[in-house]
Amino acid sequence: MADLAAQAAAAPRRWLLLAAALLVPLALVSLLVGAGPLPLGTLLSDPQALQVLAVSRIPRTAAVLLTGAAMAVAGVIMQLLVRNKFVEPGTTGTSEAAMLGLLAVTLLAPGAPILLKMLGAAAAALAGTGVFMLLARRIPPHQVLLIPLSGLVYGGLLMAIATFIAIEGGLLQYLGVWMSGEFSGILAGRYELLWLAGGLALLAYFAADQFTIAGLGRDVSLNLGLRYGQVLGFGIVTVSLVSSLVIVTVGMLPFIGLVVPNLVSRLMGDNLRESLPVVAAAGAGLLLICDILGRVLRYPYEIPAGTVFGIFGAAGFLYLLLGRRAGG
Amino acid sequence: MIQVSNLSYGAAGNPILQNVIAEIPAGRVTALIGPNGAGKSTLLKLIARQLTAADGSIRMDGMDLAQAAPAQLARKMAVVAQHLSVASRVRVRDLIGFGRWPHSAGRLGPADHAAIDGAVELFDLGDLQQRFLDELSGGQRQRAFIAMAYAQDTDWLLLDEPLNNLDLHHARNLMAQLRHLAEEQGKGIVIVVHDLNYAISWADHVVALRDGQVAFQGPVSETATAERLSELYQTPVAITRLEGRVIAQYHR
Repeated sequence: MADLAAQAAAAPRRWLLLAAALLVPLALVSLLVGAGPLPLGTLLSDPQALQVLAVSRIPRTAAVLLTGAAMAVAGVIMQLLVRNKFVEPGTTGTSEAAMLGLLAVTLLAPGAPILLKMLGAAAAALAGTGVFMLLARRIPPHQVLLIPLSGLVYGGLLMAIATFIAIEGGLLQYLGVWMSGEFSGILAGRYELLWLAGGLALLAYFAADQFTIAGLGRDVSLNLGLRYGQVLGFGIVTVSLVSSLVIVTVGMLPFIGLVVPNLVSRLMGDNLRESLPVVAAAGAGLLLICDILGRVLRYPYEIPAGTVFGIFGAAGFLYLLLGRRAGG
Repeated sequence: MIQVSNLSYGAAGNPILQNVIAEIPAGRVTALIGPNGAGKSTLLKLIARQLTAADGSIRMDGMDLAQAAPAQLARKMAVVAQHLSVASRVRVRDLIGFGRWPHSAGRLGPADHAAIDGAVELFDLGDLQQRFLDELSGGQRQRAFIAMAYAQDTDWLLLDEPLNNLDLHHARNLMAQLRHLAEEQGKGIVIVVHDLNYAISWADHVVALRDGQVAFQGPVSETATAERLSELYQTPVAITRLEGRVIAQYHR
Protein backbone atom coordinates (compact mmCIF):
# COMPACT_ATOMS: atom_id res chain seq x y z
CA MET A 1 0.00 0.00 0.00
CA ALA A 2 2.85 2.35 0.87
CA ASP A 3 4.48 1.40 -2.42
CA LEU A 4 1.33 2.27 -4.30
CA ALA A 5 1.09 5.65 -2.62
CA ALA A 6 4.74 6.41 -3.30
CA GLN A 7 4.33 5.37 -6.91
CA ALA A 8 1.33 7.62 -7.35
CA ALA A 9 3.18 10.51 -5.74
CA ALA A 10 6.16 10.01 -8.04
CA ALA A 11 4.08 9.87 -11.25
CA PRO A 12 3.22 13.60 -11.49
CA ARG A 13 6.87 14.53 -10.96
CA ARG A 14 7.83 12.18 -13.77
CA TRP A 15 5.40 13.82 -16.19
CA LEU A 16 6.64 17.27 -15.22
CA LEU A 17 10.28 16.23 -15.73
CA LEU A 18 9.42 14.73 -19.10
CA ALA A 19 7.63 17.91 -20.19
CA ALA A 20 10.50 20.08 -19.01
CA ALA A 21 13.05 17.85 -20.75
CA LEU A 22 11.16 18.31 -24.03
CA LEU A 23 10.75 22.05 -23.58
CA VAL A 24 14.48 22.82 -23.44
CA PRO A 25 15.47 21.39 -26.85
CA LEU A 26 12.27 22.80 -28.38
CA ALA A 27 13.12 26.27 -27.12
CA LEU A 28 16.66 25.91 -28.57
CA VAL A 29 15.25 24.88 -31.95
CA SER A 30 12.86 27.82 -31.81
CA LEU A 31 15.76 30.20 -31.23
CA LEU A 32 17.60 28.88 -34.28
CA VAL A 33 14.75 28.51 -36.79
CA GLY A 34 13.52 31.51 -38.75
CA ALA A 35 13.60 33.46 -41.99
CA GLY A 36 17.13 34.67 -41.39
CA PRO A 37 19.89 32.10 -40.84
CA LEU A 38 21.35 31.93 -37.39
CA PRO A 39 24.36 29.61 -37.48
CA LEU A 40 25.25 28.22 -34.08
CA GLY A 41 29.02 28.29 -34.72
CA THR A 42 29.43 32.01 -35.34
CA LEU A 43 26.53 33.12 -33.15
CA LEU A 44 28.58 34.56 -30.31
CA SER A 45 31.05 36.39 -32.54
CA ASP A 46 28.44 37.87 -34.87
CA PRO A 47 26.83 41.04 -33.45
CA GLN A 48 24.08 41.00 -36.06
CA ALA A 49 23.10 37.46 -35.19
CA LEU A 50 23.09 38.33 -31.50
CA GLN A 51 20.76 41.21 -32.23
CA VAL A 52 18.36 38.98 -34.16
CA LEU A 53 18.42 36.67 -31.18
CA ALA A 54 17.74 39.40 -28.65
CA VAL A 55 15.18 41.41 -30.59
CA SER A 56 13.27 38.69 -32.39
CA ARG A 57 14.00 35.05 -31.53
CA ILE A 58 14.12 35.21 -27.74
CA PRO A 59 10.99 37.41 -27.48
CA ARG A 60 9.16 35.19 -29.93
CA THR A 61 10.07 31.99 -28.11
CA ALA A 62 9.14 33.53 -24.76
CA ALA A 63 5.84 34.78 -26.22
CA VAL A 64 4.91 31.34 -27.52
CA LEU A 65 5.82 29.61 -24.25
CA LEU A 66 3.91 32.14 -22.14
CA THR A 67 0.85 32.06 -24.40
CA GLY A 68 0.71 28.28 -24.58
CA ALA A 69 1.08 27.87 -20.84
CA ALA A 70 -1.40 30.61 -19.93
CA MET A 71 -4.07 29.49 -22.41
CA ALA A 72 -3.83 25.86 -21.25
CA VAL A 73 -4.17 26.98 -17.62
CA ALA A 74 -7.13 29.22 -18.51
CA GLY A 75 -8.75 26.24 -20.22
CA VAL A 76 -8.41 23.88 -17.28
CA ILE A 77 -9.75 26.50 -14.85
CA MET A 78 -12.75 27.06 -17.09
CA GLN A 79 -13.38 23.31 -17.27
CA LEU A 80 -13.35 22.90 -13.51
CA LEU A 81 -15.56 25.92 -12.86
CA VAL A 82 -18.15 24.93 -15.47
CA ARG A 83 -17.65 21.25 -14.54
CA ASN A 84 -17.47 20.30 -18.17
CA LYS A 85 -14.51 18.90 -20.08
CA PHE A 86 -15.44 20.51 -23.37
CA VAL A 87 -15.24 24.19 -22.56
CA GLU A 88 -12.39 26.65 -22.92
CA PRO A 89 -12.25 30.42 -23.47
CA GLY A 90 -12.81 29.84 -27.20
CA THR A 91 -16.04 27.90 -26.69
CA THR A 92 -17.61 30.04 -23.97
CA GLY A 93 -17.77 33.39 -25.70
CA THR A 94 -14.82 34.73 -23.68
CA SER A 95 -12.56 35.31 -26.70
CA GLU A 96 -15.36 36.76 -28.82
CA ALA A 97 -16.41 39.11 -26.03
CA ALA A 98 -12.79 40.22 -25.63
CA MET A 99 -12.70 40.99 -29.34
CA LEU A 100 -15.90 43.03 -29.03
CA GLY A 101 -14.30 45.05 -26.25
CA LEU A 102 -11.14 45.53 -28.26
CA LEU A 103 -13.23 46.67 -31.22
CA ALA A 104 -15.14 49.14 -29.05
CA VAL A 105 -11.93 50.72 -27.70
CA THR A 106 -10.43 50.85 -31.20
CA LEU A 107 -13.56 52.60 -32.55
CA LEU A 108 -14.05 55.03 -29.69
CA ALA A 109 -10.40 55.85 -28.98
CA PRO A 110 -8.33 54.89 -32.05
CA GLY A 111 -5.05 56.07 -30.57
CA ALA A 112 -5.48 54.36 -27.22
CA PRO A 113 -2.37 52.75 -25.72
CA ILE A 114 -2.24 48.97 -25.76
CA LEU A 115 -2.83 48.75 -22.01
CA LEU A 116 -6.16 50.57 -22.37
CA LYS A 117 -7.14 48.28 -25.23
CA MET A 118 -6.28 45.32 -23.09
CA LEU A 119 -8.42 46.64 -20.24
CA GLY A 120 -11.34 47.22 -22.60
CA ALA A 121 -11.00 43.68 -23.91
CA ALA A 122 -10.69 42.28 -20.38
CA ALA A 123 -13.80 44.10 -19.15
CA ALA A 124 -15.82 42.82 -22.10
CA ALA A 125 -14.40 39.29 -21.66
CA LEU A 126 -15.38 39.34 -18.00
CA ALA A 127 -18.94 40.37 -18.83
CA GLY A 128 -19.13 37.83 -21.67
CA THR A 129 -17.87 34.99 -19.50
CA GLY A 130 -20.22 35.97 -16.69
CA VAL A 131 -23.20 35.78 -19.03
CA PHE A 132 -22.05 32.35 -20.21
CA MET A 133 -21.74 31.11 -16.63
CA LEU A 134 -25.32 32.19 -15.94
CA LEU A 135 -26.38 30.44 -19.12
CA ALA A 136 -24.47 27.26 -18.27
CA ARG A 137 -26.02 27.13 -14.81
CA ARG A 138 -29.44 26.63 -16.38
CA ILE A 139 -28.29 23.59 -18.33
CA PRO A 140 -28.42 20.32 -16.39
CA PRO A 141 -24.84 19.10 -15.82
CA HIS A 142 -25.50 15.68 -17.31
CA GLN A 143 -26.18 17.34 -20.67
CA VAL A 144 -22.45 17.17 -21.29
CA LEU A 145 -22.44 18.32 -24.90
CA LEU A 146 -25.18 20.93 -24.59
CA ILE A 147 -22.93 23.24 -22.57
CA PRO A 148 -20.11 23.61 -25.12
CA LEU A 149 -22.65 23.73 -27.94
CA SER A 150 -24.52 26.58 -26.28
CA GLY A 151 -21.16 28.26 -25.73
CA LEU A 152 -20.32 27.95 -29.42
CA VAL A 153 -23.69 29.40 -30.44
CA TYR A 154 -23.29 32.21 -27.91
CA GLY A 155 -19.74 32.90 -29.13
CA GLY A 156 -20.97 32.86 -32.72
CA LEU A 157 -23.60 35.42 -31.83
CA LEU A 158 -21.01 37.72 -30.25
CA MET A 159 -18.76 37.21 -33.28
CA ALA A 160 -21.58 38.16 -35.64
CA ILE A 161 -22.14 41.37 -33.70
CA ALA A 162 -18.40 42.08 -33.81
CA THR A 163 -18.26 41.42 -37.55
CA PHE A 164 -21.21 43.75 -38.17
CA ILE A 165 -19.63 46.53 -36.14
CA ALA A 166 -16.29 45.97 -37.84
CA ILE A 167 -17.84 46.19 -41.30
CA GLU A 168 -19.72 49.37 -40.40
CA GLY A 169 -16.63 50.90 -38.83
CA GLY A 170 -14.26 49.78 -41.58
CA LEU A 171 -12.20 47.71 -39.14
CA LEU A 172 -12.61 44.31 -40.71
CA GLN A 173 -8.88 43.79 -41.27
CA TYR A 174 -8.26 44.31 -37.53
CA LEU A 175 -10.74 41.58 -36.75
CA GLY A 176 -8.89 39.28 -39.12
CA VAL A 177 -5.63 39.95 -37.30
CA TRP A 178 -7.14 39.35 -33.86
CA MET A 179 -8.79 36.16 -34.98
CA SER A 180 -5.70 34.35 -36.15
CA GLY A 181 -3.11 33.98 -33.47
CA GLU A 182 0.42 34.18 -34.80
CA PHE A 183 3.84 35.15 -33.57
CA SER A 184 5.70 36.40 -36.65
CA GLY A 185 5.23 40.02 -35.61
CA ILE A 186 6.58 39.48 -32.11
CA LEU A 187 9.59 41.69 -31.34
CA ALA A 188 11.14 42.90 -28.12
CA GLY A 189 8.89 45.65 -26.77
CA ARG A 190 5.73 44.24 -28.36
CA TYR A 191 4.98 41.13 -26.36
CA GLU A 192 5.78 41.98 -22.74
CA LEU A 193 2.09 42.00 -21.73
CA LEU A 194 2.26 38.25 -22.08
CA TRP A 195 4.46 38.04 -18.99
CA LEU A 196 1.38 39.27 -17.15
CA ALA A 197 -0.60 36.34 -18.58
CA GLY A 198 2.15 33.99 -17.43
CA GLY A 199 2.08 35.62 -14.00
CA LEU A 200 -1.67 35.09 -13.78
CA ALA A 201 -1.24 31.43 -14.62
CA LEU A 202 1.35 31.19 -11.86
CA LEU A 203 -1.01 32.96 -9.46
CA ALA A 204 -3.71 30.43 -10.30
CA TYR A 205 -1.38 27.70 -9.06
CA PHE A 206 -1.67 29.08 -5.54
CA ALA A 207 -5.42 28.48 -5.72
CA ALA A 208 -4.98 25.02 -7.28
CA ASP A 209 -6.71 23.16 -4.45
CA GLN A 210 -9.59 25.62 -4.42
CA PHE A 211 -10.15 25.14 -8.14
CA THR A 212 -10.01 21.37 -7.80
CA ILE A 213 -12.57 21.46 -4.98
CA ALA A 214 -14.78 23.86 -6.95
CA GLY A 215 -14.63 21.27 -9.74
CA LEU A 216 -16.35 18.82 -7.39
CA GLY A 217 -19.37 21.11 -7.29
CA ARG A 218 -20.95 23.83 -5.19
CA ASP A 219 -22.29 21.54 -2.48
CA VAL A 220 -18.94 19.87 -1.83
CA SER A 221 -17.22 23.26 -1.84
CA LEU A 222 -19.66 24.71 0.68
CA ASN A 223 -19.35 21.62 2.85
CA LEU A 224 -15.60 22.10 3.03
CA GLY A 225 -15.97 25.76 3.98
CA LEU A 226 -14.72 27.07 0.66
CA ARG A 227 -15.93 30.51 -0.34
CA TYR A 228 -17.32 29.19 -3.60
CA GLY A 229 -18.37 32.56 -5.00
CA GLN A 230 -14.90 33.99 -4.47
CA VAL A 231 -13.19 31.02 -6.15
CA LEU A 232 -15.61 31.32 -9.07
CA GLY A 233 -14.94 35.06 -9.32
CA PHE A 234 -11.17 34.65 -9.14
CA GLY A 235 -11.31 31.96 -11.83
CA ILE A 236 -13.46 34.02 -14.20
CA VAL A 237 -11.24 37.08 -13.77
CA THR A 238 -8.11 35.01 -14.42
CA VAL A 239 -9.57 33.39 -17.53
CA SER A 240 -10.87 36.70 -18.89
CA LEU A 241 -7.59 38.54 -18.30
CA VAL A 242 -5.46 35.78 -19.82
CA SER A 243 -7.68 35.56 -22.90
CA SER A 244 -7.66 39.33 -23.38
CA LEU A 245 -3.90 39.63 -22.96
CA VAL A 246 -3.34 36.90 -25.52
CA ILE A 247 -5.81 38.33 -28.05
CA VAL A 248 -4.39 41.85 -27.75
CA THR A 249 -0.79 40.73 -28.26
CA VAL A 250 -0.94 37.70 -30.58
CA GLY A 251 -4.59 37.06 -31.48
CA MET A 252 -7.02 34.25 -30.82
CA LEU A 253 -5.61 30.77 -30.24
CA PRO A 254 -8.45 28.29 -30.00
CA PHE A 255 -8.20 24.65 -28.85
CA ILE A 256 -5.10 24.93 -26.64
CA GLY A 257 -7.26 25.35 -23.56
CA LEU A 258 -9.38 22.43 -24.66
CA VAL A 259 -6.95 19.81 -25.93
CA VAL A 260 -4.07 20.22 -23.49
CA PRO A 261 -6.04 19.89 -20.22
CA ASN A 262 -7.92 16.89 -21.59
CA LEU A 263 -4.68 15.16 -22.58
CA VAL A 264 -3.15 15.79 -19.17
CA SER A 265 -6.35 14.78 -17.40
CA ARG A 266 -6.25 11.38 -19.10
CA LEU A 267 -2.67 10.86 -18.00
CA MET A 268 -2.78 12.11 -14.44
CA GLY A 269 -6.24 13.31 -13.45
CA ASP A 270 -7.55 16.71 -12.42
CA ASN A 271 -5.93 17.37 -9.09
CA LEU A 272 -4.52 20.75 -10.10
CA ARG A 273 -1.92 20.78 -7.37
CA GLU A 274 -0.25 17.94 -9.30
CA SER A 275 -1.39 18.55 -12.84
CA LEU A 276 -1.32 22.34 -13.32
CA PRO A 277 2.48 22.55 -13.89
CA VAL A 278 2.19 19.74 -16.45
CA VAL A 279 -0.78 21.46 -18.12
CA ALA A 280 1.24 24.68 -18.41
CA ALA A 281 4.35 22.91 -19.70
CA ALA A 282 2.39 20.83 -22.21
CA GLY A 283 0.51 23.90 -23.47
CA ALA A 284 3.78 25.78 -23.91
CA GLY A 285 5.48 22.83 -25.62
CA LEU A 286 2.64 21.99 -28.02
CA LEU A 287 2.18 25.59 -29.10
CA LEU A 288 5.93 25.92 -29.64
CA ILE A 289 5.93 22.80 -31.83
CA CYS A 290 3.10 24.35 -33.88
CA ASP A 291 4.92 27.66 -34.17
CA ILE A 292 8.15 25.96 -35.29
CA LEU A 293 6.20 23.87 -37.81
CA GLY A 294 4.52 27.05 -39.06
CA ARG A 295 7.94 28.58 -39.63
CA VAL A 296 9.39 25.54 -41.39
CA LEU A 297 6.57 24.10 -43.52
CA ARG A 298 6.47 26.88 -46.15
CA TYR A 299 9.91 28.34 -45.53
CA PRO A 300 10.63 31.24 -45.89
CA TYR A 301 6.92 32.06 -45.53
CA GLU A 302 5.01 31.39 -42.32
CA ILE A 303 1.81 29.64 -41.39
CA PRO A 304 0.25 31.18 -38.24
CA ALA A 305 0.75 29.00 -35.14
CA GLY A 306 -2.97 29.35 -34.42
CA THR A 307 -3.78 27.77 -37.78
CA VAL A 308 -1.38 24.87 -37.25
CA PHE A 309 -2.71 24.28 -33.74
CA GLY A 310 -6.27 24.60 -35.10
CA ILE A 311 -5.68 21.61 -37.40
CA PHE A 312 -4.25 19.43 -34.64
CA GLY A 313 -6.67 20.84 -32.12
CA ALA A 314 -9.77 20.16 -34.20
CA ALA A 315 -8.59 16.59 -34.77
CA GLY A 316 -7.90 16.24 -31.04
CA PHE A 317 -11.30 17.67 -30.15
CA LEU A 318 -13.06 15.22 -32.45
CA TYR A 319 -11.07 12.36 -30.95
CA LEU A 320 -12.11 13.42 -27.45
CA LEU A 321 -15.76 13.69 -28.45
CA LEU A 322 -15.87 10.37 -30.28
CA GLY A 323 -13.64 8.60 -27.79
CA ARG A 324 -16.02 9.61 -25.08
CA ARG A 325 -18.98 8.19 -26.91
CA ALA A 326 -17.17 4.93 -27.57
CA GLY A 327 -16.25 4.69 -23.90
CA GLY A 328 -19.90 5.20 -22.92
CA MET B 1 -28.39 19.22 19.57
CA ILE B 2 -29.81 20.71 16.41
CA GLN B 3 -32.80 22.95 17.15
CA VAL B 4 -34.97 23.83 14.21
CA SER B 5 -37.36 26.67 15.02
CA ASN B 6 -40.29 27.79 12.89
CA LEU B 7 -38.42 26.98 9.72
CA SER B 8 -40.11 27.77 6.42
CA TYR B 9 -38.84 27.41 2.91
CA GLY B 10 -40.41 27.75 -0.50
CA ALA B 11 -39.32 27.39 -4.09
CA ALA B 12 -40.97 29.06 -7.08
CA GLY B 13 -43.89 30.20 -4.97
CA ASN B 14 -44.64 26.74 -3.56
CA PRO B 15 -44.15 26.24 0.13
CA ILE B 16 -41.94 23.18 0.74
CA LEU B 17 -41.44 23.45 4.47
CA GLN B 18 -43.85 25.27 6.77
CA ASN B 19 -43.15 26.13 10.36
CA VAL B 20 -40.97 23.14 11.04
CA ILE B 21 -40.06 22.74 14.70
CA ALA B 22 -37.72 19.86 15.42
CA GLU B 23 -35.00 18.75 17.77
CA ILE B 24 -32.25 16.39 16.71
CA PRO B 25 -30.20 14.97 19.59
CA ALA B 26 -26.39 15.03 19.60
CA GLY B 27 -24.45 11.79 19.62
CA ARG B 28 -27.35 9.79 18.18
CA VAL B 29 -28.45 8.48 14.79
CA THR B 30 -31.51 10.39 13.62
CA ALA B 31 -33.50 9.35 10.56
CA LEU B 32 -35.53 11.83 8.57
CA ILE B 33 -38.45 9.82 7.18
CA GLY B 34 -41.62 10.54 5.26
CA PRO B 35 -43.22 10.13 1.86
CA ASN B 36 -41.79 11.56 -1.37
CA GLY B 37 -41.96 15.32 -1.50
CA ALA B 38 -42.39 15.68 2.25
CA GLY B 39 -39.36 17.96 2.47
CA LYS B 40 -36.79 15.61 4.05
CA SER B 41 -33.96 16.50 1.70
CA THR B 42 -34.89 20.15 1.84
CA LEU B 43 -34.66 20.12 5.63
CA LEU B 44 -31.25 18.43 5.41
CA LYS B 45 -30.03 20.97 2.85
CA LEU B 46 -31.24 23.83 5.01
CA ILE B 47 -29.29 22.44 7.96
CA ALA B 48 -26.30 22.01 5.64
CA ARG B 49 -26.74 25.64 4.51
CA GLN B 50 -26.94 24.60 0.89
CA LEU B 51 -30.28 26.39 0.89
CA THR B 52 -31.32 29.53 2.73
CA ALA B 53 -34.53 29.50 4.74
CA ALA B 54 -37.24 32.07 4.09
CA ASP B 55 -38.06 32.18 7.77
CA GLY B 56 -37.05 30.62 11.05
CA SER B 57 -33.69 29.56 12.42
CA ILE B 58 -31.47 26.55 13.01
CA ARG B 59 -29.11 26.26 15.95
CA MET B 60 -26.45 23.60 16.10
CA ASP B 61 -25.07 23.01 19.60
CA GLY B 62 -26.19 26.55 20.40
CA MET B 63 -24.57 28.12 17.32
CA ASP B 64 -26.88 30.03 14.99
CA LEU B 65 -26.16 28.53 11.58
CA ALA B 66 -27.17 31.69 9.73
CA GLN B 67 -24.37 33.58 11.50
CA ALA B 68 -21.62 30.95 11.40
CA ALA B 69 -18.52 31.45 9.25
CA PRO B 70 -18.10 28.88 6.46
CA ALA B 71 -14.73 27.66 7.75
CA GLN B 72 -16.08 27.26 11.28
CA LEU B 73 -19.09 25.36 9.99
CA ALA B 74 -16.89 23.02 7.94
CA ARG B 75 -15.23 21.86 11.15
CA LYS B 76 -18.62 21.40 12.79
CA MET B 77 -20.55 19.37 10.26
CA ALA B 78 -19.89 17.32 7.16
CA VAL B 79 -22.49 16.74 4.47
CA VAL B 80 -22.82 14.02 1.85
CA ALA B 81 -25.18 15.05 -0.92
CA GLN B 82 -27.59 12.72 -2.64
CA HIS B 83 -26.42 13.25 -6.20
CA LEU B 84 -22.69 12.88 -6.51
CA SER B 85 -22.15 13.74 -10.14
CA VAL B 86 -18.47 14.13 -10.78
CA ALA B 87 -17.05 15.72 -13.90
CA SER B 88 -13.41 15.78 -12.88
CA ARG B 89 -10.90 13.00 -12.48
CA VAL B 90 -9.75 13.03 -8.87
CA ARG B 91 -8.17 10.07 -7.07
CA VAL B 92 -10.12 8.59 -4.16
CA ARG B 93 -7.27 9.28 -1.74
CA ASP B 94 -7.00 12.90 -2.91
CA LEU B 95 -10.77 13.31 -2.48
CA ILE B 96 -10.61 12.03 1.09
CA GLY B 97 -7.65 14.38 1.59
CA PHE B 98 -9.87 17.31 0.61
CA GLY B 99 -12.00 16.36 3.62
CA ARG B 100 -9.07 17.65 5.68
CA TRP B 101 -9.26 21.05 3.96
CA PRO B 102 -11.13 22.75 6.85
CA HIS B 103 -8.30 21.71 9.17
CA SER B 104 -5.26 21.90 6.93
CA ALA B 105 -6.14 24.43 4.20
CA GLY B 106 -4.29 22.18 1.77
CA ARG B 107 -1.11 21.49 3.75
CA LEU B 108 -1.57 17.93 4.89
CA GLY B 109 0.34 17.18 8.09
CA PRO B 110 0.86 13.87 9.91
CA ALA B 111 -2.48 14.19 11.71
CA ASP B 112 -4.22 14.71 8.38
CA HIS B 113 -2.57 11.68 6.81
CA ALA B 114 -3.57 9.62 9.84
CA ALA B 115 -7.18 10.79 9.45
CA ILE B 116 -7.12 9.92 5.74
CA ASP B 117 -5.70 6.47 6.47
CA GLY B 118 -8.39 5.96 9.09
CA ALA B 119 -11.15 6.88 6.65
CA VAL B 120 -9.69 4.64 3.95
CA GLU B 121 -9.61 1.73 6.35
CA LEU B 122 -13.02 2.30 7.93
CA PHE B 123 -14.78 2.46 4.59
CA ASP B 124 -12.75 -0.35 3.05
CA LEU B 125 -11.27 1.75 0.26
CA GLY B 126 -7.68 0.44 0.44
CA ASP B 127 -7.79 -1.14 -2.98
CA LEU B 128 -9.53 1.83 -4.56
CA GLN B 129 -7.58 4.71 -3.09
CA GLN B 130 -5.44 5.37 -6.17
CA ARG B 131 -8.35 5.00 -8.59
CA PHE B 132 -10.04 7.97 -10.24
CA LEU B 133 -13.60 8.82 -9.19
CA ASP B 134 -14.91 8.51 -12.73
CA GLU B 135 -13.70 4.90 -12.85
CA LEU B 136 -15.79 3.83 -9.86
CA SER B 137 -19.29 2.41 -9.60
CA GLY B 138 -22.01 4.53 -8.03
CA GLY B 139 -21.74 2.69 -4.73
CA GLN B 140 -17.95 2.92 -4.58
CA ARG B 141 -18.11 6.63 -5.32
CA GLN B 142 -20.67 7.07 -2.58
CA ARG B 143 -18.37 5.35 -0.10
CA ALA B 144 -15.51 7.59 -1.19
CA PHE B 145 -17.58 10.72 -0.52
CA ILE B 146 -18.73 9.38 2.84
CA ALA B 147 -15.10 8.64 3.71
CA MET B 148 -14.25 12.22 2.80
CA ALA B 149 -16.98 13.50 5.13
CA TYR B 150 -15.67 11.20 7.87
CA ALA B 151 -12.10 12.49 7.40
CA GLN B 152 -13.50 15.97 7.98
CA ASP B 153 -13.73 14.87 11.64
CA THR B 154 -16.83 16.86 12.60
CA ASP B 155 -19.31 16.56 15.46
CA TRP B 156 -22.14 16.18 12.98
CA LEU B 157 -22.50 14.07 9.87
CA LEU B 158 -25.42 14.68 7.49
CA LEU B 159 -26.21 12.19 4.74
CA ASP B 160 -28.90 12.54 2.11
CA GLU B 161 -30.17 9.08 1.12
CA PRO B 162 -26.79 7.38 1.55
CA LEU B 163 -28.24 3.92 0.89
CA ASN B 164 -29.42 4.76 -2.62
CA ASN B 165 -26.57 3.21 -4.57
CA LEU B 166 -25.55 0.56 -2.09
CA ASP B 167 -26.21 -3.16 -2.19
CA LEU B 168 -27.42 -5.11 0.88
CA HIS B 169 -23.91 -5.75 2.13
CA HIS B 170 -22.68 -2.18 1.86
CA ALA B 171 -25.95 -0.63 3.03
CA ARG B 172 -25.88 -2.70 6.20
CA ASN B 173 -22.17 -2.04 6.73
CA LEU B 174 -22.68 1.68 6.32
CA MET B 175 -25.51 1.78 8.88
CA ALA B 176 -23.37 -0.25 11.28
CA GLN B 177 -20.48 2.17 10.79
CA LEU B 178 -22.73 5.18 11.36
CA ARG B 179 -24.04 3.60 14.57
CA HIS B 180 -20.49 2.91 15.62
CA LEU B 181 -19.53 6.55 15.00
CA ALA B 182 -22.47 7.74 17.11
CA GLU B 183 -21.84 5.32 19.96
CA GLU B 184 -18.05 5.31 20.11
CA GLN B 185 -17.17 8.80 18.93
CA GLY B 186 -20.30 10.67 20.01
CA LYS B 187 -21.03 12.02 16.53
CA GLY B 188 -24.51 13.23 15.72
CA ILE B 189 -25.68 11.49 12.55
CA VAL B 190 -28.62 12.74 10.49
CA ILE B 191 -29.73 10.64 7.51
CA VAL B 192 -32.56 10.78 5.05
CA VAL B 193 -33.76 7.20 4.55
CA HIS B 194 -36.49 5.71 2.45
CA ASP B 195 -36.34 2.15 3.71
CA LEU B 196 -38.35 2.14 6.93
CA ASN B 197 -36.65 -0.98 8.22
CA TYR B 198 -33.20 0.58 8.03
CA ALA B 199 -34.56 3.56 9.92
CA ILE B 200 -36.24 1.43 12.58
CA SER B 201 -33.39 -0.99 13.11
CA TRP B 202 -30.46 1.42 13.16
CA ALA B 203 -31.71 4.87 14.19
CA ASP B 204 -32.24 6.10 17.76
CA HIS B 205 -34.51 8.93 16.81
CA VAL B 206 -36.84 9.85 13.98
CA VAL B 207 -38.19 13.09 12.58
CA ALA B 208 -41.15 12.27 10.33
CA LEU B 209 -42.20 14.85 7.78
CA ARG B 210 -45.36 15.02 5.76
CA ASP B 211 -46.38 17.82 3.37
CA GLY B 212 -43.64 20.09 4.65
CA GLN B 213 -44.56 19.75 8.29
CA VAL B 214 -43.42 17.57 11.16
CA ALA B 215 -45.88 14.68 11.52
CA PHE B 216 -44.18 13.27 14.60
CA GLN B 217 -40.76 13.01 16.15
CA GLY B 218 -39.06 11.24 19.02
CA PRO B 219 -37.17 8.09 19.96
CA VAL B 220 -37.73 5.20 17.57
CA SER B 221 -38.95 2.96 20.40
CA GLU B 222 -41.84 5.34 21.10
CA THR B 223 -42.73 6.61 17.65
CA ALA B 224 -42.42 3.60 15.35
CA THR B 225 -45.98 2.40 15.75
CA ALA B 226 -48.23 0.87 13.12
CA GLU B 227 -50.82 3.65 13.36
CA ARG B 228 -48.34 6.49 13.03
CA LEU B 229 -46.40 4.95 10.15
CA SER B 230 -49.59 3.95 8.29
CA GLU B 231 -50.89 7.46 8.68
CA LEU B 232 -47.53 8.98 7.62
CA TYR B 233 -47.27 7.02 4.38
CA GLN B 234 -51.03 6.65 3.78
CA THR B 235 -50.29 2.96 3.40
CA PRO B 236 -50.99 0.05 5.75
CA VAL B 237 -47.81 -0.63 7.73
CA ALA B 238 -47.77 -3.48 10.22
CA ILE B 239 -45.19 -3.70 12.98
CA THR B 240 -44.10 -7.23 13.83
CA ARG B 241 -41.27 -8.77 15.74
CA LEU B 242 -38.89 -11.25 14.24
CA GLU B 243 -36.12 -12.79 16.35
CA GLY B 244 -36.37 -9.92 18.78
CA ARG B 245 -36.20 -7.20 16.11
CA VAL B 246 -38.94 -4.78 15.21
CA ILE B 247 -39.87 -5.15 11.55
CA ALA B 248 -42.14 -2.94 9.49
CA GLN B 249 -44.16 -4.97 7.03
CA TYR B 250 -45.64 -2.99 4.20
CA HIS B 251 -44.55 -4.83 1.05
CA ARG B 252 -47.99 -6.35 0.37
